[in-house]
Amino acid sequence: MSQTIEETLLAKRESGKKSLVVYLTGGLDEHFEATVEEVSASGADVIEIGIPFSDPVMDGPTIQRANDMALTSGATPVSILDRVKQVESPTPLAVMTYYNIAASMGVERFASLLARSRVSGCILPDLPLEEVEPWANAADEEEVETILLAAPTAPDERLPIICERSRGFIYGVGLLGVTGVRQELASSAIEISTRLKKVTNLPVLVGVGIGTPDQAVEASRASDGVVVGSAVVERMLEGGGPERVGALVKEFRTALDEATF
Amino acid sequence: MSLGEINGLRDPDESGRFGEFGGRFVPETLIPACLDLEKSFKEAWADKEFRSRLDQLLSEYAGRPSPLTECPNLSKELGCRVLLKREDLNHTGSHKINNVLGQALLAQRMGKTRLLAETGAGQHGVATATAAALLGMECCVYMGEVDIERQELNVFRMRLLGAEVRTALSGSRTLKDAINEAMRDWVATVEESHYCLGSVMGPHPYPWMVRTFHEVLGKEAREQSEERLGTVPDLVVACVGGGSNAIGIFSGFADSSAELVGVEPSGGAAVGRGVPGVVHGSRSFLLQDEFGQVLEAESISAGLDYPGVGPEHSHLADSGRARYESVTDEEVIEAFQLLSRMEGIIPALEPAHALAWVSRERESLEGKTVLINLSGRGDKDVGQMMEVLEVDDGK
Ligand SMILES: Cc1ncc(COP(=O)(O)O)c(C=O)c1O
Repeated sequence: MSQTIEETLLAKRESGKKSLVVYLTGGLDEHFEATVEEVSASGADVIEIGIPFSDPVMDGPTIQRANDMALTSGATPVSILDRVKQVESPTPLAVMTYYNIAASMGVERFASLLARSRVSGCILPDLPLEEVEPWANAADEEEVETILLAAPTAPDERLPIICERSRGFIYGVGLLGVTGVRQELASSAIEISTRLKKVTNLPVLVGVGIGTPDQAVEASRASDGVVVGSAVVERMLEGGGPERVGALVKEFRTALDEATF
Repeated sequence: MSLGEINGLRDPDESGRFGEFGGRFVPETLIPACLDLEKSFKEAWADKEFRSRLDQLLSEYAGRPSPLTECPNLSKELGCRVLLKREDLNHTGSHKINNVLGQALLAQRMGKTRLLAETGAGQHGVATATAAALLGMECCVYMGEVDIERQELNVFRMRLLGAEVRTALSGSRTLKDAINEAMRDWVATVEESHYCLGSVMGPHPYPWMVRTFHEVLGKEAREQSEERLGTVPDLVVACVGGGSNAIGIFSGFADSSAELVGVEPSGGAAVGRGVPGVVHGSRSFLLQDEFGQVLEAESISAGLDYPGVGPEHSHLADSGRARYESVTDEEVIEAFQLLSRMEGIIPALEPAHALAWVSRERESLEGKTVLINLSGRGDKDVGQMMEVLEVDDGK
């Protein structure tokens, strides 16, 4: 197997650069595989593939809409992972979905399916520390990295415990709210990154509410990089194909690479 | 059922589990709020002053205790002795007020200024708007677009009470989606908002806390039964959406010989036809497809139109202490009219499910004493039923 997510992001940090993780809704349209490849070529360090769930409580209108479109067109976890297997890209992949998708398949089977589909990591936003153990153990067994979220609401003593159990990177939730593009970067994005950097050596990435290259640069001042979701999914929903999605990713990449930190 | 199997309801374990059901499956952002709520609830419940303030509101404001009513005409018709626990006579017209007054007082004690709620039939939304008006709190209620249409009277009531009603436009546009929207709001406003969940579902401590606030109705019903019958009824029957009115009345009889029956709509029979799954914060029986996507329920009753069920009911079903049956919309429409004509009591469509089951099973219930939880009154449903019945009459 190629590099893990953690190795990839640590290497990036050592090179003095900021990381860019890009979220795409899985199985959204016929361009899915090509879009993943284009996003990879445009400079994403890790690509998150969203597996749609019927009740995505952490997601705002944009990702909900993409979710519904993918589900309506008949996408299933199995069909999406089958397509992921066809993707040719050196970029490590993670899956983002909700716990019931894993639970209904059985956590061991789901972990093994991810591993066989060349997926390196997994994010389950409705599976908090208190409930994560059965899944995380199954994922460890298959060498799938379980990426945990850390939110602005967490008291100080909770953060190191979350970081301890997280693999790949620690996902700092940038604001109080669900996914979606906002006018301005929330001050909580800087705060959560700063608090996390104090307690962990894992790469600290901040996501939720990072909608523009400028916001990505600003958020990266306190973190090792960003996760960009809704802005990219909005591009996918506009149509225009993989090239236009890739062009947006390049804007983020360039902004991060050219900024001085 | 053998007497050896009888036991009372237990509290959940540390992780919020009843047997293998329950838990705390919510975004990390909400975990501190859930932990805080659990702690605050335990403290409040142990605090005499809090309890007496709640008791006072329940009696002076909500009108408790609610009566136990004999149904002589219906009993004659069905061949079994039917008694009703009259939660329809509470202020705001349903059992929902018990839980809401408890949660609203608790929220205020925790320094929250805004109550957030989901509603299906609108009864929980009305109760929450009522408590918010009483306590001077802000109130926002999410309701599915389909439910806004079929329960428009309650939408107006909520607005009259000063609440903001927001339309849930996603998915099936019913209760399930109203809960999704309420949770998304809560993720964004958790610092000032208390999520006043309307049933025994959601993440720990909700299923346990909401049950505790409804135990008052079970306790009353037990005392009233002992007084009236000198014993407990043979059966205790309640409708089950999330399961709050059912768990309330079951709690009064779980340690007795009474048989406990929960009645689900056939189009939303989570216990009857579901398999364990995780949505809206807990693990419980759930209608879902082979990939774990939650299915849409389908019921004439907005309050029961939900693909899941509270985790303690899954546990009671698993352990065999309660059993769960289902009835069709047609049977419910019959029962709605039956109670109206026989006893002069118009039930809400939700408890009409419990009546419908008793009516259908009359032969096997012959000679028995049956206590039904009449969880709400039917005023909110007359508009919808007027249309249904006129179509039936061919007008
Ligand atoms: C009168 C009435 N009964 C029952 C219910 C269903 O809820 P639960 O199963 O929590 O009692 C509702 C919900 O709206 C209701 O309004």
